[in-house]
Amino acid sequence: MPLELICPAGSLVSLKAAIDNGADAVYMGFRDNTNARAFPGLNFDETQAAEGLRYAHDRGRRVLLALNTYPQPDTWSRWTGAIDRAAKLGMDAVILADAGLMRYAVKQHPQLRLHLSVQGSATSYEAVNFYREHFGIQRAVLPRVLSLPQVENVVQHTDVEIELFGFGGLCVMVEGRCLLSSYCTGESPNTAGVCSPPKAVQWTDTPAGLESRLNGVLLDRYGKDEKAGYPTLCKGRFAVGGETYYAIEEPTSLNTLDLLPEMLKIGIAAIKIEGRQRSPAYVAQVTKVWRAAIDSVKKNAAGFKPEPAWQAELNKLSEGQSHTLGAYHRPWK
Amino acid sequence: MNLAFPPLLANVVSRLPVAPPSLAFSVTANRLLWPALKTLDWQALVGRRYAIRVKDIGLCLRFTVTERGFAPDSGAPDLTISASARDFLLLLSRREDPDTLFFSRRLVSEGDTELGLTVKNLLDALDPELVLGRLPTPLARAAQRLMAA
Repeated sequence: MPLELICPAGSLVSLKAAIDNGADAVYMGFRDNTNARAFPGLNFDETQAAEGLRYAHDRGRRVLLALNTYPQPDTWSRWTGAIDRAAKLGMDAVILADAGLMRYAVKQHPQLRLHLSVQGSATSYEAVNFYREHFGIQRAVLPRVLSLPQVENVVQHTDVEIELFGFGGLCVMVEGRCLLSSYCTGESPNTAGVCSPPKAVQWTDTPAGLESRLNGVLLDRYGKDEKAGYPTLCKGRFAVGGETYYAIEEPTSLNTLDLLPEMLKIGIAAIKIEGRQRSPAYVAQVTKVWRAAIDSVKKNAAGFKPEPAWQAELNKLSEGQSHTLGAYHRPWK
Repeated sequence: MNLAFPPLLANVVSRLPVAPPSLAFSVTANRLLWPALKTLDWQALVGRRYAIRVKDIGLCLRFTVTERGFAPDSGAPDLTISASARDFLLLLSRREDPDTLFFSRRLVSEGDTELGLTVKNLLDALDPELVLGRLPTPLARAAQRLMAA
């Protein structure tokens, strides 16, 4: 079935919101840094995960577990323990980035379905097929750096199902290899599970504007009517060469509703919605819009046009000033 | 639904001292909400000081959380959350996402960011059906009306 809708779940309430609003599958993480949304109070313990699986399976939907950070030697068993728990709970797949963990999963739990995480940073069919040959991965989530023709080239040269990000916050997308915030905090997102550890983040409302700081480093100062963004280093405004601007990247959100007919045509297996850190209200609203859009494009791809109400709803929820089609759409190419 | 607070009333409320509303909040919340909330994992939140500023009303509630519920507290808050009455209602009724309000500058969280996220995630993980079931009936009805509005 092409264009499955994969939605984020940071809690059991969000999981139910996603399922009730039409997600084909949800993805979740355990309550530690084995996943890339390791925020306090977020995610699932084993009991909640079991209840989430039951809720999804009773309704014919699936649950995927994100185990997409990179284990370190002294905590290796935390990650392998998470794989064991995933297998025991009956997760429909685990989303892995680390090749060592894939090897462990294949050896210990050969029945467990493996997806290659976006954090695995595989952008070519050679890389995707490498993971297929060695670990039998069934699906790969492609990094958000390829244009659609490049994505199509990958799809045409692999048996692995291809999943693309469809909506949500964007970053500099050096996925799985970004160390930027560790220069400020000493913690890498790839091992600690967050770009900006909350304990290092400070927001202050000043007469000059709302300031965000990461471990004391000023990231941005938002004027009265400016939209704010997440306090990550890559989205800060910095003084460079006498000019203060988004020197790395402007905070924007990905929204690919316009590209759905093309994604359907080239055989994309699934669309992923970003946002496990967001609340159940976000999950419900985004899932509802994307369910309607995917149903609509499947019914009539040629006549598909995103409804203005969908775009308005998604715009309201997004980070930053604008929406972008990301790298998928490169009109100059 | 018009959730805006009448300006004249706001003007009066903003002139009131902070302590009586904070006491009233703690007493009311303990009676009506605590039975529904006490089963949550409050461990990371106990003993910290909170301020809720309802900007358009000029109301500021200051309290701490103890093992037995909310208690008024006038010390410097560890976490201050500010929004309009309407936006607080939208958040409480799960009709808006806190990050959405935050991006659009309608919700401001100051102080300990980690504490703020913990509070947000604790409340997000609350099953509304479970809470409604434990609320006094009139309050549960009012909440249901708000969520369905």
